[in-house]
Amino acid sequence: MKKLKIGDLEKIREKARRTANLRQGKARAKITVHMGTCGIAAGAREILTALMKEIEKKKIKDVIVTTSGCAGLCSREPMATVEITGKAPVKYVDLDAAKMKKILVNHVLKGTVVKEYALAIGSERTY
Amino acid sequence: MANPPKADDTASKAILRLLRDCFEIYRETQRYCDITNGVRNILQDLSLHILDIVENSIDAGAKKIEIIIKENVKQNMLVLKIKDNGKGMDKNTIAKALDPFYTTKKTRRIGLGLSMLAQATKEADGTFQIKSQKGKGTTVIAKFVYDHIDRKPIGNMTETIIALIAGKGMDVDFIYEHHKNSHGFVFDTRTIKKEIKDIPINNGEVLNILRENIIKELKRIGARP
Repeated sequence: MKKLKIGDLEKIREKARRTANLRQGKARAKITVHMGTCGIAAGAREILTALMKEIEKKKIKDVIVTTSGCAGLCSREPMATVEITGKAPVKYVDLDAAKMKKILVNHVLKGTVVKEYALAIGSERTY
Repeated sequence: MANPPKADDTASKAILRLLRDCFEIYRETQRYCDITNGVRNILQDLSLHILDIVENSIDAGAKKIEIIIKENVKQNMLVLKIKDNGKGMDKNTIAKALDPFYTTKKTRRIGLGLSMLAQATKEADGTFQIKSQKGKGTTVIAKFVYDHIDRKPIGNMTETIIALIAGKGMDVDFIYEHHKNSHGFVFDTRTIKKEIKDIPINNGEVLNILRENIIKELKRIGARP
């Protein structure tokens, strides 16, 4: 049986090193896509894929994308939380790929909260 | 005229409390039934079930998760196996794990993940098995009749693996093994981490290359990418 060998990785190492400041905690923003059963059922994986592709396309280097579990508001999934360093996190609800892209451009890049998709401003534990 | 019966204060309060609890559970149940119906339609493929089960493993503190898919057309069998080294479950919890109204989560009262996968196997004349040992980890094995009309398609395994690595790849290792008949491959994030050294595995460029490679391998073994 074949072991998957990734040949190209060496080539992109140098390139990636210059842009890979995420691990050192230099990221300016963090986007958390909720991946509980409810989120997955509502399409969280597509949101995550769209988000990653858009970040790649726009060559954004200072944003971390991560996932979390169920936040207890299953009926409003897919949800994502956007945290800009030093600012209160914003939770977005009832998302789709297009809304996620808009949030990325307006909130993450330009700093304007997309109020019409936001649930509330605050941290993860609501109760 | 006889005195009207005087209500026992503590008892009536307790009953009221109980009723209120019942009502709350009922309301929550209704809401989740709506979601469950939706879920049964929307969790259409096994790759989404796998993503869901693996999220359970991550919640259970697993640091190494093996995902094994065996498509054996000759024996007309599809086997899914998800093995983690999380905190595991004792016998009581295993028994409860398949009950959709059981969850360890504090954010809601109803769990769905495992029971839905169990349901999916049942619909395709398959079997479902959980093996677990407290402190050692949990293994979930789902078997399906390959050509059963109600067997859910495998779906997009590439996006499931990439979503897992993007979300949790820095803290958790994933080993994804996929066999179709006599061909197969193993994808191991531990090997990849060694190769890329100081580059984080959730780096966008790395993920792109991993995505391309998984698709290529799936095509090579004749599985649907």
